[in-house]
Amino acid sequence: MKFEIYRYDPEQDDKPYMKSYDIELEPSDRMLLDALIRIKAVDDSLSLRRSCREGVCGSDAMNINGKNGLACITRLTDLKQPVQLRPLPGLPVIRDLVVDMSQFFKQYHSIKPYLQNAEVAPEKERIQTPAERKELDGLYECILCACCTTACPSFWWNPDKFVGPAGLLVAYRFIADTRDHATSERLDDLEDPYRLFRCHSIMNCVDVCPKGLNPTRAIGKIKDIMIKRMV
Amino acid sequence: MTIPRRKFDAVIVGAGGAGMRASLQLAEAGLKVAVLSKVFPTRSHTVAAQGGIGAALGNMGEDSWLWHMYDTIKGSDYLGDQNAIEFMCRAAPQAVYELEHFGMPFDRNDDGTIYQRPFGGHSQNFGERSVQRSCCAADRTGHAMLHTLYQRNVRANTLFFVEWMALDLIRDASGQVLGVSAMEMETGEVWLFHARATLFATGGAGRIYSASTNAFINTGDGLGMAARAGIPLEDMEFWQFHPTGVAGAGVLITEGVRGEGGYLLNKDGERFMERYAPNMKDLASRDVVSRAMATEIKEGRGAGKDADYILLKLDHLGIDVIEKRLPGIREIARKFANVDPVKEPIPVVPTCHYQMGGIPTNYHGEVVVPSGGDPSQPVPGFYAAGECGCASVHGANRLGTNSLTDLLVFGKESGDTMIRFLRENPGHKDLPADVGDVSLARLARLETQTGGESVFEVGAEMRRTMQGHCGVFRFPDMLESGVDKIKRTAERVRRTGIADKSKTFNTARIEALELDNLIEVAVATLVSAEARKESRGAHDRADFHQRDDVNWLKHSLWYREGNRLEYKPVNLQPMTVESFEPKVRSY
Ligand SMILES: Cc1cc2nc3c(=O)[nH]c(=O)nc-3n(C[C@H](O)[C@H](O)[C@H](O)COP(=O)(O)OP(=O)(O)OC[C@H]3O[C@@H](n4cnc5c(N)ncnc54)[C@H](O)[C@@H]3O)c2cc1C
Ligand code: SF4
Ligand code: SF4
Ligand code: FES
Repeated sequence: MKFEIYRYDPEQDDKPYMKSYDIELEPSDRMLLDALIRIKAVDDSLSLRRSCREGVCGSDAMNINGKNGLACITRLTDLKQPVQLRPLPGLPVIRDLVVDMSQFFKQYHSIKPYLQNAEVAPEKERIQTPAERKELDGLYECILCACCTTACPSFWWNPDKFVGPAGLLVAYRFIADTRDHATSERLDDLEDPYRLFRCHSIMNCVDVCPKGLNPTRAIGKIKDIMIKRMV
Repeated sequence: MTIPRRKFDAVIVGAGGAGMRASLQLAEAGLKVAVLSKVFPTRSHTVAAQGGIGAALGNMGEDSWLWHMYDTIKGSDYLGDQNAIEFMCRAAPQAVYELEHFGMPFDRNDDGTIYQRPFGGHSQNFGERSVQRSCCAADRTGHAMLHTLYQRNVRANTLFFVEWMALDLIRDASGQVLGVSAMEMETGEVWLFHARATLFATGGAGRIYSASTNAFINTGDGLGMAARAGIPLEDMEFWQFHPTGVAGAGVLITEGVRGEGGYLLNKDGERFMERYAPNMKDLASRDVVSRAMATEIKEGRGAGKDADYILLKLDHLGIDVIEKRLPGIREIARKFANVDPVKEPIPVVPTCHYQMGGIPTNYHGEVVVPSGGDPSQPVPGFYAAGECGCASVHGANRLGTNSLTDLLVFGKESGDTMIRFLRENPGHKDLPADVGDVSLARLARLETQTGGESVFEVGAEMRRTMQGHCGVFRFPDMLESGVDKIKRTAERVRRTGIADKSKTFNTARIEALELDNLIEVAVATLVSAEARKESRGAHDRADFHQRDDVNWLKHSLWYREGNRLEYKPVNLQPMTVESFEPKVRSY
């Protein structure tokens, strides 16, 4: 199977280049990550992140034939050859397919991604009805892979100012949680021309999320709540 | 060459469930703690845990920590230390409530309490009937838990060193542990983390087998580092083979599927677990179910054209239950087995999943070694928790859901123990003169070696040996030849070389360093397994088919030096209740 992979090692290369590989696969190789491991067995200098190999850890996000996705759950049979692999767009490249995710995590941290509730906790669990809990579905499952944020044009232009779809999805995860008491602070923090309102509902994020989550909808809900509290 | 160094009160290696529960204690107590992880914290393998956290909350019917304790001891095939097990089962409910208070999105019952599902080996009233004890967030419990713990650590301002790989443990001449050497993956720079207390929470080493539910990063680094520093490894012959890994792919299908009502079928469509475990059936403990499946396959009743797998049926649960309680499983089955479990059964085989053994600790998280006649003398400044530690609560076979419980309970307890130690022992001891030399030598070898053995090939040879010689069923001749083979592989590991010499994010180098650790675990496993002449829990020998409490009710301790084995007694004395005497185990 044929691949063209973005290669760049700042120690050796003046500039990035695409390297071609043609490798023999085994019948047991189903996913793109399996193929990358075959490649690495013959060329150990190819760098990429990977861990769980089942789409839950968020390590191996990359740009696959022009679209962001996770190598470990992308079927080889679904890919057009030569398969073009590039690092996630919009973030600085450390080496090959490994990008510097600092900006992404900085935005995630900026929304205070933890439950805020100053009340003394009860002896047992806090009570939450199944319906209240259901509000968190489609939100808490985010694996912080950055497929969405690095596919978002608004983030490319303002990575330091726009929270981005992943961060906003998580912000809404806490706003939607009946146990969190910081909704108005969270809304105040996002009521800003950049942090939230740079999103123009282009939906690139929804299109690429490997977990099938919908950041645009979450962003819309935050905007709705904001409008409601203004009137 | 002097290596740059930084001082901390405490250093924690590992940002999985155990490491982050411990770091939270230390950070919230205002101590200066550094947490090192090979990956961004939420990418640690705790994220993959599916089924739930075991705790006797009693939300779904009567339950008690004493029953949980009994089930855990029985599950361990009586090799678990009963004081540690009592400690864990008593503390479990509080640990779950705390996690809920941190924001964990547990599933809920109609009355708003935490939903709990049935799981293998968990029972009411000392084995009478199955109980619902597993606290879960759909089939993404580990993900929800790990993210919640990370988030709470963000709130506590914990200092993380992300993509830093610990290389070696630092001990002084008296044996006291003073931190670790570590490498920043992005730059290849080596630093010394000088600490007054050091916790290993490096997780499992399931990657010693070819077929494994474990992540690539589960390479037993903590065990390798401890073994190289002269610390023995306990009970390494006990590896759990999970009944339901996706055939061919290894990816896990949670026992929660059977908890929710799924069951196993052989090629004749027979629900064979009724024959092997009439009472608990598909919810018998994992060693029992895995052996039953392997027997069905061995006797020609496996499904598929090569009769080499078993079918896990759950379509009868209906799409609503599957979508609500097992959505991740449906996703995995479609992706990795090409079946939609709403319509068809999933092909599964017993797959290496969990190491019961590890770095020996007491139930306070202190690493303990035999010394001066005491089988369990604490090593000052050294702690271990989570899958890399051995308290021992899981003995010869772990019950499902008890690992996450272990992470929470012993993560917190080891943090508290470290806080006490730090208060009583102010001031850093001096680092030894040759500190870091071992690590630099390991790196220098990879730097200069040309034409060495391929890490990929030697690793594959190790995994094949483990898979072929030390699996669900163990045979004396295979164990013996396995020991020889793995020792030869260990020789090859000493000669590995890499072509990539770059300092920048050099993953070839990381993998070579990981193999140094994996091989220690593999050798420890085979040597310990060959020596144990009985069958107990996950260790099943064809030549000694029975458990032998007279000669083998004891923990193995493997020392790297000379592949020496020692043994220490099992603690049969709980903290407050009466001892559970070893009995014949049936489900
Ligand atoms: C697929 C799957 C499903 C499971 N489901 C359940 C379940 O439902 N219930 C249950 O109780 N148990 C379950 N288990 C078991 C349980 O998830 C694990 O035993 C547990 O999560 C291990 O946690 P840990 O904190 O010890 O280690 P991990 O979560 O594996 O974390 C290890 C950490 O150590 C770091 N590390 C390792 N080496 C180094 C190094 N050299 N330098 C720096 N950092 C290092 C890693 O980066 C990582 O942060 C499951 C296991 C698997 C594989
Ligand atoms: S919908 Fe908003 S967040 Fe998503 S890609 Fe478009 S601009 Fe970015
Ligand atoms: S929302 Fe989806 S694409 Fe974005 S980080 Fe989370 S899991 Fe990845
Ligand atoms: S390796 Fe974990 S998401 Fe792909």
